Parts: sequence; structure tokens; C-alpha cells
Amino acid sequence: MDISTQEVKRVSVMTVKGRVDSTTAPDLENALKQLVEGDKTQIVLDLKDVEYMSSAGLRAMVSTLKSVKRINGDLRLCAPSPRVHEVLRLAGLTSIFNIYPGQDEAVNSF
Amino acid sequence: MSESRLIVPARYDRIKQICSFVVDAANVAGLDESSTFQCQIAVDEACTNIIEHGYEGEDKGRIEVICNTNPGVLKIELLDQAPPFDPDKVPEPDLGAPLEEMKIGGLGIYFMKKMMDDVSFSRENGTNRLALLKRSAG
Repeated sequence: MDISTQEVKRVSVMTVKGRVDSTTAPDLENALKQLVEGDKTQIVLDLKDVEYMSSAGLRAMVSTLKSVKRINGDLRLCAPSPRVHEVLRLAGLTSIFNIYPGQDEAVNSF
Repeated sequence: MSESRLIVPARYDRIKQICSFVVDAANVAGLDESSTFQCQIAVDEACTNIIEHGYEGEDKGRIEVICNTNPGVLKIELLDQAPPFDPDKVPEPDLGAPLEEMKIGGLGIYFMKKMMDDVSFSRENGTNRLALLKRSAG
């Protein structure tokens, strides 16, 4: 899994590539936690290149969403593949997260 | 019918290898891409549970994976020697819970049941056996 972050219009865009599973999810959670601790509370997680995500990845995202919501921020998702979207849907998370088709839409939604 | 077998130490960083092994078997069985992905998720969640809740940590034992393939059908068995596991004691996830009360636990078994055509747990001679069956969607 690779993670990169850039600032776009006062929104932190974190792009994740590869496989988010029990081994890599802690790295994702830590990277998100660092953003929140650095007062970055408007976050977009770009999932376009995430080929695989287990419940460990979902746990990292939900934990971050709870943290940012408490300080009036939001974690918004964009471009999940059909497979990742299926995992989100089965876990009941498509109604919890704001999900956008592309990164621009997600950034501009803030 | 063909059978393949893999034995690995129960560690999180071996789950990818187990998934890869299962994908190979799914390909032999001729499962479609969606079914193959679902097998990966089910096996990943099962192995995570075995390490986290069964052995209660890494390097406490091993996981044996046995794949049996027939055209359009994959049967996966996961064997471990962790303490007895009662799947009925795992509460179902509350998917409608508000965010603050949401716990992303118990999703593993839920995913297995949703994604596989059959899921069964048994225990014999000190070994937990989880059998997962997947038929091609087509």
C-alpha cells in the first residue's frame, strides 16, 4: 500500500494505492490520525487505486471519521472501485460516508 | 477435482499469501472475478479472526488452508489449533447504528456469510475447522 497526501483548496487529499488489509490498515489509520492531529479536518480519501479493502481498512476509516466529526470536520471518500464499494455497502457505510465519483467533486464539496 | 494445501505461521503478514493461494484455486475452479474477490475477503476476515481472537496474537500457532476445486465450485477449509471458537457468541454487527455508536467489529463473520454460499464451523481433535463454499455467480 502506498499513501500520498497533498493540499488542494484547504482540503487534505490522501491518495491510497494497493491493498488495504490487516497488515496495512494500521499505516492508513496512523497517516489519517497525523492529519487530524495536525488540525487537518477537511479530508478526502481517494480510493481510485485501492484494489482491495477488508474490514480492517473500514475500521481505520470509521475511526477517523468519528475523530474529525467531533471537531466539525469530515472525511469524504472518492472513486471507490466497484469491489471496494461493495465492501462499503455490505458494511452499511455508504450511508455514513459522503462518497463522490471523483476527486474534484469531493474537494469542491467542502 | 483437485486439492491444494498451504500451511503458514499465523501472522497478519501471511494473509496476503493465503489470499493469493486462494485466488489461484479460484482461477483453477473458473470462478468469476467478483466471486474470486469475495473469496479473498472471506478468507482474509477468517484469518484475521483466527489470529486476533483465536490465537490472541501473532506467531502463536499456524493456519492450514485446503482448497478443493471443481468446475465453478471452490471449497476452502481453514484449520487452526486455537482454543475452541463459538461463532454463535459473536454478536451481529449493528449496521444501522449512528456513527458514534458504530463498532466495526463482528464484520468478519458477517462478510463471510454474506459473500460465501455456505459457511460452517466445527471442532475435531483440538482443531477448529472453518469450511467456506463458493459457487461461481455465472
